[in-house]
Amino acid sequence: MNKVSGLARLLEAGHFGVTCEIGPPKGVAVDTLSEKGSWVKGYVDAANVTDCQTAVVRLSSIAAAVHLKSLGLEPVVQMTGRDRNRIAIQSDLLGAYSLGLRNVLCLTGDHQRFGNHPEAKGVFDLDSVQMVEMVRRMGDPGEFLCGEPIRGELPVFFVGAVENPFAGSPELRVRRLAKKIEAGAKFIQTQCVFDLEGFRRFMALVRARGLDRRCHIVAGVTPLKSARMARFMRDQVAGISIPDKVVNRIEAGADPAATGVDLCVEQICELRRIEGVTGVHIMAINWEQVVPEIVRRAGLYPRPAC
Amino acid sequence: MNPDPRIIAFCCCNCAYAAADLAGAMRASYASEIAIVAIPCTGAVEPTVVLAAFEEGADGVIVAGCLDGECHYKSGNLRARERVNVLRSMLETIGLEPERLEMYQVSAAMGTRFAEIASEFAGRIRGMDPSPVRKPRGEGGEPG
Amino acid sequence: MIVAEPKSFGELVEMVGDHRRLLVASCSGCTAVGGVGGVRQARELACALRIHFRIRGVELATEVAGVTRQCDPEFVAELDGAVDRNEAVLSLGCGVGVQFLADRFNRVPVFPGLNTRFAGGLTAAGIWEEKCRLCGDCILHLTGGICPLTRCAKGILNGPCGGSQDGLCEVGDGMPCAWQLIYERLSSLGRVGLLEQIRRPRNWADSGGGPRRLGNGGAGE
Repeated sequence: MNKVSGLARLLEAGHFGVTCEIGPPKGVAVDTLSEKGSWVKGYVDAANVTDCQTAVVRLSSIAAAVHLKSLGLEPVVQMTGRDRNRIAIQSDLLGAYSLGLRNVLCLTGDHQRFGNHPEAKGVFDLDSVQMVEMVRRMGDPGEFLCGEPIRGELPVFFVGAVENPFAGSPELRVRRLAKKIEAGAKFIQTQCVFDLEGFRRFMALVRARGLDRRCHIVAGVTPLKSARMARFMRDQVAGISIPDKVVNRIEAGADPAATGVDLCVEQICELRRIEGVTGVHIMAINWEQVVPEIVRRAGLYPRPAC
Repeated sequence: MNPDPRIIAFCCCNCAYAAADLAGAMRASYASEIAIVAIPCTGAVEPTVVLAAFEEGADGVIVAGCLDGECHYKSGNLRARERVNVLRSMLETIGLEPERLEMYQVSAAMGTRFAEIASEFAGRIRGMDPSPVRKPRGEGGEPG
Repeated sequence: MIVAEPKSFGELVEMVGDHRRLLVASCSGCTAVGGVGGVRQARELACALRIHFRIRGVELATEVAGVTRQCDPEFVAELDGAVDRNEAVLSLGCGVGVQFLADRFNRVPVFPGLNTRFAGGLTAAGIWEEKCRLCGDCILHLTGGICPLTRCAKGILNGPCGGSQDGLCEVGDGMPCAWQLIYERLSSLGRVGLLEQIRRPRNWADSGGGPRRLGNGGAGE
């Protein structure tokens, strides 16, 4: 069993990382999960496993990560504070570590109002910043949140967090990013970037504070499958900024999905040129099979061994 | 049907009450079932007063105040209108038809109009069953 | 103040059930100020209940009693005689008031006439908004006088989350993002550096161990 995260070793070695996202099934059909895993295997350095994203009940992220790991993928376990208090989070993470999982992405979590149980009580005992710090301290110096030492082998995770460069003032976002890094985040995956100009301005602020030298910034991308999806994400999804020219190009294309992939590949090439961006995170929503094509065409295949 | 309705009209003495007076002076005839109560302003008609009228067996209640912009206390009539709206939905909740309560706005010079309103409302109430709150009268005036 | 709203009429009718003599107890504290629990509302409600039961062929007798503050045993005691004359009590106090009444008058059922909602105040004509979660560990000096625990949909202490957009919360209803407000307030105060301090997880121990208590029972006065 690997003691250390493969994703960490790869990023630390200076490689431009490629991660993707896999949503667990809304049931126990693990074969669909394995199928998704087999599509992306070899094309990504790690695959995020979402934790009941948009507050919809799905197979647990830790269980799904174990299934993917058995296929030879390196999972990133997403962990939100929406459904668990500090006791449950620490307990689940001990379990995750014991199952060989080494990467954790800490999120506050989408509000339960958006999911399929809007009547649920949101826990939110810890926010993402507090969770990052807690997970970091479980590994170093090796204690629970209460300060009690953890005996024996320490659960040393490669701790990540997310950032949305487009949620409100960039200046405020960067201040909060600084907090997450201060708390111990070693990699940051961003919300999907369509507005490259906005993202460049955000990265300039990140570099001005030297934050890019303290953690790996992995820029998010999403291939748009149709004009309808583009318009929906532009108009309906909070915290996502899609310039009209992107939507127009998808609308004008004879094959919107092919245009979406073209755009995604171009965006990755642009993102690679931005100083401080050390990887790309491909969120192909319900379209995981397109990941290999994107990775190949972006010149990121084959992946280095880690 | 209700051939013998009991109707209370809370009339502002600055407008509707004077209009009723004028109707009388003009010999304009209107429904005799209406008992007029003079009040200083419709804004002073508290919900409990209207409810009390219904509890005592009124089949219909009118609140009659000044035209918009002519309230002697600036906005008493507007408040009354809002209250009447609230009361109408309350009547429905507790089991009375909201049509049993109505707000009208007239000026002191509108004697004929007052007579019309009074007759029209009395007609409406006559067309409805007696109030279910109304205690049956001794000599068998129960709803048929 | 404590902000409450009336329960539905149907719910109250169900509570009153077969009781034929009902004491409606108002409260001149918060719920009267809020326009839902004063003597005037008690009279209206009593009359509405009488009319409703009359329509159903049942005579309900009501008595209205004004209580200065239902959360104070001294004022609650003034109801002793009125309670003796009735079969049940309908309280227009907040949840605190209902419990004080129920504790003292344990021979008759005490019904809540209101749903007690939150601690807040008027922010516009007829609009009440929650302002305080009564958490017992105030941090308003660190957040520009804006409570994130109450006013952020996730109650997070290191915000804003990624759902903040154009100053609005992702949860919707036009609700402002509390952390955007805090950012703006701290900026205008020249104290925006406070945002970069990591706020540690809260101590919730005080809120989960049965009713919270305060005071030393008068000892050492």
